[in-house]
Amino acid sequence: MTTLSAKDVRPPRQRPPGALRRAVSRNLTAYSFLSGALICFAFFSWIPMVREFILSFQKTNFVNSTEWVGLENFRTVLDDPAFLSAWVNTAIFTLLALVFGYVVPFVFAVVLNELRHAQGYLRLIVYLPVMLPPAVAVLLFKWFYDPGAGLFNQALGLVGIPPLSWLDSTTTALPSLVIVSTWMNLGTGTLIYLAALQSIPSELYEAAELDGAGLFKRVWHITIPQTRLILLVMLLLQIVATMQVFIEPFLLTGGGPENATVTVAYLMYQYAFSFGNFGGGGALGLMLMLVLIVFSAFYLRVSRDRT
Amino acid sequence: MSQSTVQRPPRAVKDSAPAPKHARRRRKTKERPQQFRGLVSPHTLTTRRGKIVYWTVLTFVVTGFTLAFVFPLYWMVTGAMKSPDELVAVPPTFFPEELNFSVYAEAWDLLDLGTFLKNTLIYAAGAWFFTLTFDVAAAYALSKLRPAFGKVVLALVLSTLMIPPMVILLPAYLSVVELPIFGWNLLNTPWAIWLPAAANGFFIFLLKRFFDSIPRELLEAAQIDGASPMRILWSVVLPVSRPILGVVSILAVVNVWKDFVWPLLVLPDSEKMSISVGISSLSAQMPQNVLIAALVIASIPAILVFLVFQRSIMAGLTAGSLKG
Repeated sequence: MTTLSAKDVRPPRQRPPGALRRAVSRNLTAYSFLSGALICFAFFSWIPMVREFILSFQKTNFVNSTEWVGLENFRTVLDDPAFLSAWVNTAIFTLLALVFGYVVPFVFAVVLNELRHAQGYLRLIVYLPVMLPPAVAVLLFKWFYDPGAGLFNQALGLVGIPPLSWLDSTTTALPSLVIVSTWMNLGTGTLIYLAALQSIPSELYEAAELDGAGLFKRVWHITIPQTRLILLVMLLLQIVATMQVFIEPFLLTGGGPENATVTVAYLMYQYAFSFGNFGGGGALGLMLMLVLIVFSAFYLRVSRDRT
Repeated sequence: MSQSTVQRPPRAVKDSAPAPKHARRRRKTKERPQQFRGLVSPHTLTTRRGKIVYWTVLTFVVTGFTLAFVFPLYWMVTGAMKSPDELVAVPPTFFPEELNFSVYAEAWDLLDLGTFLKNTLIYAAGAWFFTLTFDVAAAYALSKLRPAFGKVVLALVLSTLMIPPMVILLPAYLSVVELPIFGWNLLNTPWAIWLPAAANGFFIFLLKRFFDSIPRELLEAAQIDGASPMRILWSVVLPVSRPILGVVSILAVVNVWKDFVWPLLVLPDSEKMSISVGISSLSAQMPQNVLIAALVIASIPAILVFLVFQRSIMAGLTAGSLKG
């Protein structure tokens, strides 16, 4: 890394007199410009990144001084029956969110891209839920999920389907969270894919059509390969984003029923703020970090290849 | 340049075009209808069968999208005006029996929405100010002043993009409870929102990449005229950077407005809560229609911002995904 910077600051002997002083003053100016951001990063990103490791090996107590406890936090967390549920639920949530939240926006984008009318309106409304504060969207759906007066059961009643228990049953609770999450996020993916689709040269489709490729063949052999990289980037981004799921279980179910919707991030929050065990929360946070870093690093590689 | 994995910004997909090029591209897509073709050829669409299929799909999509994305909002706005009895009525009423706007006033008073909205506005405004001041200055320094170890600093800044915010939630919270070195407790102060908001590697990356595209000659001319770095930033760089400043401003405000878990932790005092946290903390004690009215009120600013800045918001979003 130092060799990199040495390239920037050229060796002093090539410089005219006074160059050294100018270099010093230039650096002073530069670092004073950088200082505000660097302080913020230090306190709220860099120190926390390091501290995440320390935290998980300590017993943090706001009253007494902190002490090192080795792997005890990890042992506590691993012995917790909710631990396995949390990881399984997070994995299922992420998978389901991919099935809906990844495929659906792409299909939407492909269809929207073919429409010559109402496209502005459709783009607008598909992004509307993304603009709502997530807490508002989630609380709105909490009301829709209400077993008696909720929109969903009322709608099912109109077509003669018996009501579902949505958030109250162990089988439907997690999928219900996925529905909310998908509803409030899919606008982003749709618009991003739409932009990517519009950069596909139309000659490709023309050529394929001349060769007799049908609609689905054109999607499979042109649309998807042409948007392959953005699809991969969005896949990784979405995995990282959905594995941090917190607000849905926090506001809708509180992790229940019977731990059916406990997620890793939610369990981490519970450890720190309900059980008063910051070390346990830190241990969970560290595990989540190690998993997510794999995806983030892969994402970095992919997006580097793009340019 | 190529040594470090984090050297290359994670969101490198962002379109690196400087302003004029960007505007040109957008104009081009605007004129699209004449030459554009997608999967389906324009010729197919002129046939009788093509027309029938097209209009069927269009009707279906417009109806489906409206049901999925507008109807829930309609249901929310009208649901608030229904009495608790009407809310549970079977079958549900499509229009409320009476347009009872007083529920909104009731929600405003009961949940103290004025305070929550004012708080959120203060947090968003401050976050916007600190983000722009600190991140613009930092990006400018990294891009144009090129200090020693500038690349190390950039790599460190971009490395924060690898760490999702949720996984450092607890240690970041500890920083707020007792700021390292200074030992200050920032809980329940706006600083707990403002300063972390400015620590945004993505904004620095966006700004730096834009500044990189400003021709050096422009700055050198100003330098020869004796302008200080501050003056150059203010009078030369910022005026040509309006598009990216707009994008960053909107993202910064929207981020704070939408954030939930961070204000939940660092602003536990009910006098200091943001609108999202405030409403959800009181949601259990409120009659259903009052709560829904509160949700409507909380969505209005977001939707207004969206309708007004629609173009920049979408440009910011899609600029990020076009090929680089």
